[in-house]
Order: sequence, then structure tokens, then C-alpha cells
Amino acid sequence: MLDFLLFGALPYVALAVMLIGSIYRYTKNGFQVSSLSSQFLEGRQLFFGSQFFHWGMIMLFLGHLIGFLIPSAVLAWNGDPVRLLVLEFSAFGFALSSLIGILLLIKRRLTTKRIQMVSNNMDYVVYAVILVQIISGLAVAYYGRWGSNWFASVMTPYLRSVFAFNPNVDVIAQLSTSNEMALLMVKTHITSAFVIIGIIPFTRFVHFLVAPVDYIWRKYQLVIWNWNNKEIRNSRNYFPGKSRDFRNN
Amino acid sequence: MNVRSQISMVFHLDKCIGCHTCSVACKNIWTDRKGAEYMWWNNVETKPGTGYPTKWEDQDIYQGGWVKNGDTVSLKGAGKLKGLKNIFHNPNMPVLDDYYEPWAYRYQDLFDAPEGNDQPIGRAVSLITGEPMEIQAGPNWDDDLSGTPDYARQDVNFKHLSKAEQEAMFQLEKMTFHYLPRICNHCLNPACVGSCPSGALYKRGEDGVVLINQERCRAWRMCVTACPYKKSYYNWNTGKSEKCVLCYPRLESAQAPACMHSCVGRIRYLGVMLYDADQIQAVASCDESQIVDRHLGIYLDPHDPAVIKAAKINGIADSTIKAAQNSPVYKFVKEWKIALPLHPEFRTLPNLFYVPPLLPAMASVSEDGKYDTVSEHLLTGVEKLRVPIRYLSSLFTAGNDQKVVDVFKRLHAVRVSRRNTTVKDVSESQLNSVMNDAGIDVHMANAIFRLTSLATFEERFVIPAAHREEAIEMLENTGDYKGSTGFGFKEKPARGL
Ligand code: HEM
Ligand code: SF4
Ligand code: SF4
Repeated sequence: MLDFLLFGALPYVALAVMLIGSIYRYTKNGFQVSSLSSQFLEGRQLFFGSQFFHWGMIMLFLGHLIGFLIPSAVLAWNGDPVRLLVLEFSAFGFALSSLIGILLLIKRRLTTKRIQMVSNNMDYVVYAVILVQIISGLAVAYYGRWGSNWFASVMTPYLRSVFAFNPNVDVIAQLSTSNEMALLMVKTHITSAFVIIGIIPFTRFVHFLVAPVDYIWRKYQLVIWNWNNKEIRNSRNYFPGKSRDFRNN
Repeated sequence: MNVRSQISMVFHLDKCIGCHTCSVACKNIWTDRKGAEYMWWNNVETKPGTGYPTKWEDQDIYQGGWVKNGDTVSLKGAGKLKGLKNIFHNPNMPVLDDYYEPWAYRYQDLFDAPEGNDQPIGRAVSLITGEPMEIQAGPNWDDDLSGTPDYARQDVNFKHLSKAEQEAMFQLEKMTFHYLPRICNHCLNPACVGSCPSGALYKRGEDGVVLINQERCRAWRMCVTACPYKKSYYNWNTGKSEKCVLCYPRLESAQAPACMHSCVGRIRYLGVMLYDADQIQAVASCDESQIVDRHLGIYLDPHDPAVIKAAKINGIADSTIKAAQNSPVYKFVKEWKIALPLHPEFRTLPNLFYVPPLLPAMASVSEDGKYDTVSEHLLTGVEKLRVPIRYLSSLFTAGNDQKVVDVFKRLHAVRVSRRNTTVKDVSESQLNSVMNDAGIDVHMANAIFRLTSLATFEERFVIPAAHREEAIEMLENTGDYKGSTGFGFKEKPARGL
């Protein structure tokens, strides 16, 4: 029953809340969509914390994405034990980097008076779920070898079944492994992932939904006109604008 | 030719008395809020000095502005590659202590203190943490402190001066300083806009005001780094960047911006400039030795029929063209050529121009122990000025001394010409030689004198109609709504019981 709630229902609740909430917040309250940078108040400690944390996090995210999109490639890569080890160790490294980063960030927030002034409860919730997520992820990698193989062969089909609206809870529920710890950690990792997704609209997590990818192809300069000068002053346009032209009226 | 209109400004530095009224007017309207206490969209600094934020001109520290890159320009410390790479932590961003920690005093303590032998005091408390603090710096901490080792001698512009030139500036008898009021330049090639990863900053097409869309800013804080003038600020409370809006709600209703309206020295002028937007890239990326000429060359003659025609094709309203023809900025910058951009080498093509300070003429003491105020001795040439030309050329012409000298010759000629009119002790030959040397005639000298000293409000601020009312025509067929309930109401304004 618990398994069904966590792996059959929670994903949908989380995704629905995330989608509706984020769209609502973005459209109705764009002013509150921000990374809420606190570098202005404290920059030195942020450097190590934020860099370690974010680069680790981005790499892990991309790694999970590849495992989800092209699991066969991951399995093929892992066919060679050396390459498997390279993958496992780098993933572990990125996770450690994130862990060190988030610990530095937590320390920074707790010990800097200026940062305290811009902290709210949700910041601590965010730290908590991220900690759970990273530590359980590290534990999965440690206890349940090899995580990358397992992700590609078990997790990806499960996730795809979720997105196909036909959640295959059994794959997770009936996971059998000799290592109890690994099982527990896998379940924690999945659950807290969906919790993170679910709380996106209520926390500063919104900032990675608006990651500025379009900057890469945008022109540098941006000029915005309140109205179209040429059209408005053209005497042939009786009523310019949505072209409710005189003749059609 | 792609003609656009730009609201531009001139600040006449000889007239600035350093009263900071402008800063306070701006603060009261725009930045008197939590998170914005430390921001001074308008600030006045003493030069030589380190300014606000400290050493803002030093792009080795802050990496602001553009650098030439072949036949284009790239951002020095931001942009697609550098900006996104540094997005998690921006190494070149000024932090609070580079500005100052804002504070208030615990005035209530003065009243509540128990009776005793000492005077009660109101301690300074930080407006950020609320804790008692030692005040380290303020928005004009170097005010009037010319010559001090911590401020004046740390001036970034001294890079270009020899040791001897620097020392000359600090000799007691020749000590000199002037004020430098600064606001956002609403640049033609704004580095802030170029650096914003989320596209929150933009230049308004109609009048060239540069704004930050608060709904789209995501606190990537790249504009703070990229603006070489440090005129984009980060609000630590809302998590959004903010900058000078040139009081656009006031401009749209034909009022001068608050800083300009309140300026006690009446040093400020505002008007329209027409420019050719097709040239921006070529001008911004030209050789540094040409940057002032090319920059001033981008502004078009509003009396030229070809320019007027091109402006009309671009839909620029007749009233705007007329305002451009009467623009005081056009006169100062193009006709009289006595106003220069601040730090043109940052390549943002700023639209705020400064008449450099000639600073007081120096009278010498004559043999009978009186001040010698005979024009011939008092108004000697620009060579005898107190302030080294090198210093000003580092501020206003990217190191081109001749350009500053040219301006000074004109300003000097205006003074000699006025002296001739009022005191009448200038010989004709002296007058002629000064005027010829400066390349102006009495007519122009009088015009400069008039707009500098006697100008009315309407002459100093020539603000075109914003034609905001026409915006509705883009959206609605006004005829359809004739006799109905009006535009602003969603339903019929029914009469109440
Ligand atoms: C490409 C995507 C991302 C970008 C551009 C980005 C950018 C930023 C920026 C600019 C900050 C503010 C740092 C400062 O105080 O100056 C920040 C903070 C933060 N980000 Fe990200 N981020 C991204 C992805 C993520 C991801 C995937 C996570 C977690 C799952 C995350 C979690 C956080 C957290 C927890 C903070 C708060 C740090 C603190 O102040 O203690 N970010 N991010
Ligand atoms: S002065 Fe700075 S903030 Fe203002 S437009 Fe230029 S680059 Fe942008
Ligand atoms: S109000 Fe005018 S005179 Fe006074 S400091 Fe500002 S610019 Fe100078």
C-alpha cells in the first residue's frame, strides 16, 4: 500500500502540483520567480558552496537525463568494466561535490547574520530535501552496485511507465536485492525526488525552471517598442492596430 | 539610415555645487525602500576620488563594459560564455561593502535614556541586520576630500598621470577638485542589456530609456557586473536588480526627471537626440583613438531634410522632431562642441554628456599686495589651469588631451567675451585672438552664456510629448467605443443607490 502511494500516486500529485503551481506562479506572480541570489550580502563563502553544489548538481541531472532518454547507451558503455568504473566514480565524485557544496551553503546561511536576514523557512526545507536526496543517492551508489546499470534497466522503465500514465509500481515494490540498505535508499531517493518536484513552485527551486538557455541564441541587444510607430502614424490606416480596417467595419 | 530618438542629457560641471539635492530627490521618489537603501541611482562624487561604489571606474576589478573584438565588441566580464559560466557565483560583482552598509540611528534612545551624568546617544544600527554597527563608509564618503590619501590619491584615473603630475594636483596652493554627478547614461549600446541572461533589461524604442522588467529579472545579477558605470543595482530584499528609470512616468507627462527638476545649480539639461541606429555596432567597435568623434558622429542633424524624412519614415512624430531641433543637448554637444561623454572607452555609447570643469581662474597677488583681477592676467590661457588636462582627458575623452583643450578654449573664450561685454577691460586684439583660437564668434559665445547662466526651465528641458495616448489606437478601434462607457472601465459605471 505504501509502495503504491509513494510510487504510484505521489509522482502524479507531485507533477500536477509542480505544473499547475509553476505555471500559476510564473504567469500570475512573475515578480516572485527569482534565484534570490544572496551573493550581494556575502560572496566569499558562496563561491565554494555554490560552485561545488551547482556543478555537481547539473552534472548529476544531465547524467540522470541521459539514463532516462537513452538507457541502451548507458548499458553499452557499462559493458566494459573500466568504463563502468569511470562512470560510477565520476557520478560519485559529482555527488560528493554537491554534498560538500550544500554543507558549505548551510553553514554559510546559519552563521552569517546578513544571510539570516534574507532566509525563510522554505530555504531550510530546500536544504533538507536536497541533503536527503544527495545522501540517499550516495548510499545507493555505495550499497547497490552498480547504480548506473540499475538505473538504466529498472528505473528508466519505471519512469517511462509513469509518464505513460500506467505506473508500473511493481518494478520498484518487488525489487529484490540481498542488501536491505540499498533497497531502503533506492526508495528514499525516488520518494524525495518526487517531493522535490512537488515543492518546486513553493520554493526557490523555481529558478531552475527559468534557467536562461535562450540567452545562448538571443541577440545581445534588446529594444522593445510600446507600439508600432510606423503603423500608427500612417494616414492610410484609419484605425491601425488589430487591423479593424475602415472597410471591414 | 535608421533614425531613432533618444532622450539625452548634459551636466555642466562648472555649475555643480555638490549639494546632493539631486540624490535626495531621487532617493525620496524611488529608492526609499527595504533592499534599496544603499542604492543611489543618482549620486554625486568628488573628483579626484574613488567614487561609489569604490573604484567603480577600475574595470580590472569589476570587468564592466565592452572591449573591442575585431569589428564588433564583446562584454568584458559577462556575455554568453563568461556570464553563463559564472552564473552560480559571479566573481566580478560588487558586494554590499563595496558600496556601504546602510544605517539609521536609534533616535528613540535619546528620549528613553535614564537621567544621568552623560549625554544620551543614538547609536548607529545597520539597516540590513538591525544590529549596532561601526559606520565604515557612506554614499559620498569622499565628499570634498580632495588630497586625502585614502580617497583622492586612490583615484583610478591617476593611472594615466605621471608621478609629477599627480603631485602637482595635490600641492596646497593648486589643490583642485570638482563634483561629478552621475546617473544611468541610458546608453545606445547598453552593456547591462547585453549581459542579461533572461532578457529582462531592454531599451525602450520610443525614447531610448533603459529599463529592467521586474517580472523577468531572475537575479542572475549580470547587469550589475556589466554596467561599467555601476548604475544597475541589486536589491538584496526582493532578489531583483533595479536601475535609474529616468523618471519615465514624469517624462511621459512632460515633467523633468526629479534629479534634474530639483537641481540647485541648474547644471542639468535634457532633450532629444536623433541618431542612426544602423551605426551602433561600427561606432562601438571603432579604434579607441576615434571613439569620441565616432560617438558624437552617430547623432544626426535634426534640421537636415534628409534626416527629417528618414525620421518620418520611421514613424517619429513631428513633435519629437521639433523637440530635437530645440534640444539643448544638441546645442551643447554638436553645435558648440563643449560637452563630452564620461569614459567613452567603455564603449557603451552613453547619452549623458558633461561640460568639463574649467575650475576657478587663479588670480595672483600683485606688487601692492592686492589681488590682480585685470582680465589680461586673470583670464590667461588654458595652459595655466589648475587641473591637469591629462586628468580630465582620462575622464572624458579616452586620453585625448587635445579634445579637452578644444572645449576649454571655447569655455575660456565665452568668459573673455562676457568680460568684454560687462567689465570692458579686454583689448580688442586679445578678444579676437582668443575667439579665433577657439573657433567661435560673439554670437555663439552669447548663446552659450545664455543657456549656461540664464536659461529658463523650458529652455533647459525640452521634453517631447510621449504620445502615450496613441498607444490605445494599436489595440482598439477608438471609433467603436464612441458613446460607450470609456476605455478604462470594464463595465458600465452604474450609479449607486
Ligand atoms: C542551470 C540551472 C541553474 C542555475 C542557472 C542556477 C542558478 C542559481 C543562482 C544564480 C543561485 C543564487 C546564488 C547566489 O546566492 O548568488 C542559485 C541558488 C541555489 N540553487 Fe541554483 N541554479 C540552477 C540549478 C539548480 C538545481 C538543479 C538545484 C537543486 C536541485 C539548485 C539549487 C539551488 C539552491 C538550493 C540555491 C540556494 C543556495 C543558497 O543560497 O544557499 N539550483 N542557483
Ligand atoms: S549606464 Fe549602465 S545601466 Fe545605464 S544603460 Fe549604460 S550600461 Fe546600462
Ligand atoms: S542638485 Fe545639481 S548642483 Fe546639487 S549636487 Fe546635484 S547636480 Fe550638483
